[in-house]
Amino acid sequence: MSEVLLNPALLMMLAGLVALLLPKRMLGVWAVLVPIATLALLIALPEGSAGQVSVFGMELVTRRIDGLSFVWSVIFHIAAILAGLYAWHVQDRVQQVAALIYAGAAIGAVLAGDLLTLFLYWELTALSSVLLIWASRNPTATKVGFRYLIIQVISGLLLMCGALVMHQQTGSIAFDHIGLEGLAGWLIFVAFGIKCAFPFLHNWLQDAYPHATPTGTVVLSAFTTKLAVYSLARGYAGEELLITIGAIMTAFPIFFAVIENDLRRVLSYSLNNQLGFMVVGVGIGTELAINGAAAHAFAHILYKALLFMSMGAVLYRVGTVKASELGGLYKSMPWTTAFCIIGAMSISAFPLFSGFVTKSMILTAVAYEGHWVIWTVLLFASAGVLDHSGIKVPFFTFFFHDAGHRVKEAPWNMLLAMGITAFLCIGIGVYPDPLYAILPFPVDYHSYTAAHVITQLQLLLFAALAFTVLMRKGWYPEEIKSTNLDFDWVYRRLLPRLTTALLNGIWAVDRAVRGAALRGLDSLVAKANQGLGPGGVFSSSLSTGAMVIGVSLLLAFYVLFSFYWSA
Amino acid sequence: MSSEQRDERQRWLDRPENVTKIVRALWVACAALVLAEFFYHKHPYFGFDGSFAFYAVFGFAAYCFIVLSAKGLRRLIKRDEDYYNE
Repeated sequence: MSEVLLNPALLMMLAGLVALLLPKRMLGVWAVLVPIATLALLIALPEGSAGQVSVFGMELVTRRIDGLSFVWSVIFHIAAILAGLYAWHVQDRVQQVAALIYAGAAIGAVLAGDLLTLFLYWELTALSSVLLIWASRNPTATKVGFRYLIIQVISGLLLMCGALVMHQQTGSIAFDHIGLEGLAGWLIFVAFGIKCAFPFLHNWLQDAYPHATPTGTVVLSAFTTKLAVYSLARGYAGEELLITIGAIMTAFPIFFAVIENDLRRVLSYSLNNQLGFMVVGVGIGTELAINGAAAHAFAHILYKALLFMSMGAVLYRVGTVKASELGGLYKSMPWTTAFCIIGAMSISAFPLFSGFVTKSMILTAVAYEGHWVIWTVLLFASAGVLDHSGIKVPFFTFFFHDAGHRVKEAPWNMLLAMGITAFLCIGIGVYPDPLYAILPFPVDYHSYTAAHVITQLQLLLFAALAFTVLMRKGWYPEEIKSTNLDFDWVYRRLLPRLTTALLNGIWAVDRAVRGAALRGLDSLVAKANQGLGPGGVFSSSLSTGAMVIGVSLLLAFYVLFSFYWSA
Repeated sequence: MSSEQRDERQRWLDRPENVTKIVRALWVACAALVLAEFFYHKHPYFGFDGSFAFYAVFGFAAYCFIVLSAKGLRRLIKRDEDYYNE
């Protein structure tokens, strides 16, 4: 039993429960120290499977440490530490407790060796993370949180159904390669796909993340979707379908990001686009590609957190992250500006920044397999990343027209968290070897070749040049207050409208049928009234004599009838 | 008062001619990167990516295509800010 408890995920969640009782001013330091301690435990633990539990004859493996799960557990821990530091000043017990349990559940899911354990943690990430949205404490966030929760829980239920079908067919619920075969394979694939924000299953992300608290979005951005990428890498590596899905994911969110006004939603579209690169890597499935997906997830969690941190700091100080209401903030928030630019250059994959040494592994793996169309789409998407995350987010927030906000720089703990994250982004970019060393497979890849540096700079600087040309010509779409419709319109507008129309139709038919039946009854009653009513033939009064004649006739008929009948 | 004054002093970036300087520097950097085509050894994956200044042309064209087509997309999908009434 102690072997079961010797699990970073469980300990982190227990610490989350302890935080329910801690004095409020202890919450910040607790949220930083706990993940540091569990990270130390994770590194000390041996590789292999441990913590087996038997439930209803099923063997659960609660702690599996191997190449794939280790790198994900490490980055999840780092994300938890940085998010804890970033939220140090927040004395809101709901958020601090939820963040620890959420991070713990995500790590537990990564360490899960079977599908039932995975399912339990999968649902727990949904239940704990929704609190970070509800903690905004406004009616919109409440509604959005419910939509988010419903979709996440559906994903969990599909996972459970898939696991049950698999158990019935094979007698095993081990979480290894699953593959797209049979009902179980597809059910689990869709479950992962929802959490991974596949096209048409993606809108929960852009819907929910912009409505979480300033610090909550930083936490949310790290775990759920990257857990899904991990699960795909574990269960579906090398599935060709993922290459196509991933390529679409890199491309389509770009267009939405360009015209979106809410900068945290821009970053959510950008997150979706970055997931696409990882999904393509998983779909290629070679050692270089899986390494690339893992490395890119690692780098991405950091720079995406950094970008969300900078926008969270702006939201915290200014009260809005709408591009149409921002501008010129570098004068008030110079440090936040610098950190945001570092995040922007990392996601854009400038040389010396983290994206440069990780994304290129995926593109190279794609090229080695000869997928020139997919490779071109990924290159196209890379130019798009430069626009929405590389230029748009920092430019319209911190530069461009001065919107006149004169605010204080972000609090010390936010700056420190952003500073460390920025340091890691540059550190990975300058010296990627420590990251390469913990990837699932041995790395034989060199990102700093003259050709790679020059071609990447050409791509990025010429795209930036295009930005200056479009801006100066006045062709760049201006930032305006708006709602842009996306696929969520189907379930937020179309389906409710169709349901209302359907119910109205049923109601009309029902009313018509009941009306006709009532009218039929009415005419029957009227007809009966003619014969039986007060003026009817059966109600007229007759003399006694006439009655006697009637009875005599009836009797005579009876006598005659019985006579002939018996004869 | 003094801190406000410090805030309101004109910054280097507030002057349009300095922004123009940055844009010119970008043009120079881009020109240098095209010149660099003559000085490094290419190893293209497919062939077409080895053509002269492929990445430069692709980056510029892709960027323009993305931004301009997103503008078109906006005509289709833009609605009022409180469209969903939430």
